[in-house]
Amino acid sequence: MYNQSFWTKLRKGINPVWVTLFTILVLALFLMPFLYMIFTSLKSPNQFAAIGAPIWPSAQPTLVYTGNNTNEYTFPIHQGSRVNDITINMSDYYSQTLEIYTVPLLDGSSPDLALVKGYAKESIFIDPNNPDADPILWEGSYRSLERPWKFSPTWENYVTVWETIDYPRLLWNTSFYALTTTVGVWVSCIIVAFGFSRFSFPGRDFLFVVLISTLFLPGAVTIIPTFTFFTKIGWVGTWLPLIVPAFFGNAYDIFLLRQYFMTLPRELDEAAMIDGAGPMRVLWSVILPQSYPAVLAVTIFHVVWAWNDYFGPLIYLKMEDQPISVALSRFNGIYGRQPQLIQAGSLMTLIIPLIIFLLAQRFFIQGIVITGVEK
Amino acid sequence: MQELTRLPRLPSIGSFRNMPPLARREFRNGMLFISPWLFGFLIFTLIPMVATLLFSFMDIKITDGVLNPPTFVGFDNYKTLFQDNAVWNARPESTPGALWVTIRFGLIALPVGIFLPLGLAVLMNNKHLVGRNFFRSMFYMPYIIPFVASVFLWGGMVNPESGWINRFLIEVLGVASESVPGWANDINWVYPTYVIMGIWGVGNAMLIMLAGLQGVPTELYDAAKVDGANGWQSFWNVTFPMISPVIFYNLTLSIVGLFQYFLVPLVINQGTGRPGGATMFYNLYLYKNFFVNMNMSYGSTLAWLLFVVILLVTVFLFWSAKYWVYYASERK
Repeated sequence: MYNQSFWTKLRKGINPVWVTLFTILVLALFLMPFLYMIFTSLKSPNQFAAIGAPIWPSAQPTLVYTGNNTNEYTFPIHQGSRVNDITINMSDYYSQTLEIYTVPLLDGSSPDLALVKGYAKESIFIDPNNPDADPILWEGSYRSLERPWKFSPTWENYVTVWETIDYPRLLWNTSFYALTTTVGVWVSCIIVAFGFSRFSFPGRDFLFVVLISTLFLPGAVTIIPTFTFFTKIGWVGTWLPLIVPAFFGNAYDIFLLRQYFMTLPRELDEAAMIDGAGPMRVLWSVILPQSYPAVLAVTIFHVVWAWNDYFGPLIYLKMEDQPISVALSRFNGIYGRQPQLIQAGSLMTLIIPLIIFLLAQRFFIQGIVITGVEK
Repeated sequence: MQELTRLPRLPSIGSFRNMPPLARREFRNGMLFISPWLFGFLIFTLIPMVATLLFSFMDIKITDGVLNPPTFVGFDNYKTLFQDNAVWNARPESTPGALWVTIRFGLIALPVGIFLPLGLAVLMNNKHLVGRNFFRSMFYMPYIIPFVASVFLWGGMVNPESGWINRFLIEVLGVASESVPGWANDINWVYPTYVIMGIWGVGNAMLIMLAGLQGVPTELYDAAKVDGANGWQSFWNVTFPMISPVIFYNLTLSIVGLFQYFLVPLVINQGTGRPGGATMFYNLYLYKNFFVNMNMSYGSTLAWLLFVVILLVTVFLFWSAKYWVYYASERK
């Protein structure tokens, strides 16, 4: 009996380890593209063409020869069917770039040596750690040898992307869109959510159902006349078709705020109303001070939504006003065959929402729980 | 969501006529506060919807940059639509129709879109998991990444030449380099590729399902255990009914989203339908008719068919809900 309880205890003690290890494994696979993005964006272009290159950013090292060795060396070298004596003067190689190879020697060691001169059946190396020493003749072609890879990140992709796209301008465009529409969401959604949560009147529940059902409405069923209309009144090519509708509220944010307002006790409103406060005053002085988690949740959801919005800006804005998502996809159209540039551009696109998330994760998760409970 | 399963009735005219003054003020104030949304709904939703319907009975298109004078053509657009091979074609070995493309993709994407977040939520809800809040945040985090960036990140992972997935298949698993998938350019792999590119969208559904799981009272599990239920039985008979409203909500949103799917093929395959028309999704075909062919009336006709299809599917889902979705507060 004791034995059994020991095993049960052991199993219970091990369970958290297995479950947590399994979750870590799943998470590692899930977030793998981030690692891919970082590694790829730090690679130099010639690493992609090379066979056998590692997945992390690396380069094949070289040596710039700056030795003081001025001696001449003569080696017997196979040329065709004959063996000729060939003389090498090390001072001829001064300031030349020599490739490094991993060379297996007879004594069983395989040091990394710099290639001075390679022939069909012989290769002449020097030791990069001791460039003034005598060159080494190695029997065999350097072509059969492997060049080692050393971890070596490069920042030049970020420089290229920075110089190709106008990054500060793109950040400004994206922030402008996110912030102006956030103001619109605040003004409209808070007022409308208050209307739906604090007044009871005939038709309210029907209108609320209409509001919720717009969540399921395909955008395609309104876009053709809307786009045509905005074209007619000359708004296409300006910010107006994106900003003005934000001031009329949207179902998602109204719903989230309304759900939150419903949880606030009505006693405080009533006390304020007895003191003579009108509805606007109640909203401003009683409801809003209690609602900062919901307002904050709506704000960050909206900022992230606007940061990610693609189609609206794509069809309505002029080229120079477009936000970073649209710019990234256009950049991909031009540099699609250069993964290192695409990944550097992607990182520059996602870094700001990622920082917002890491700073405010609690509010994101709270916001979803607010909408989630009542579903 | 629950509100939608019990449609409130429209108020009768009488209820407005015989309103006491206090109720009248309440009505006036309430309408005043919701008026921004009400106006917005009229201007940006209801009127455009009606206009789309009108457009679908007319002939409005722009040819060579000039708007042809609109004419009323009755049901001609709908006749064209119902004979349009580019929408309906489902014969094998030929370019698939846009509706068929959408449905075929949905058969792969919908189960993943429900079971992946459910599986993650069950994992996050496991009482043995150490550091739950950390994992919950990390699995949610990619949801906030701009979709264009996440499409390029996963697009890089599945790049046939330099992507890590094919390198893993070739260098670690030893798959012959001729037989690895061509992913986004491979007609047999393009849907799984799109599903992979969408994996980072599961965070929201996972959190909603997790909230649902956490709301299941533990007494129910204890009762099931007393009755001798094993783990699987208590999942199907306790957990599933209790979280069915959440699953229903996610399923409905996923299906509505499926019929509107077009941004990934627009970004990845430039909206061309490559490879072999397999990515000419319904909504993409619709936008192509409007933005590229400048045919407002045919675009509108496609939009109304889309609307009706989504409406029918949603109505069917809501009808089916009473057989499998359990609302605790509705107990009779």
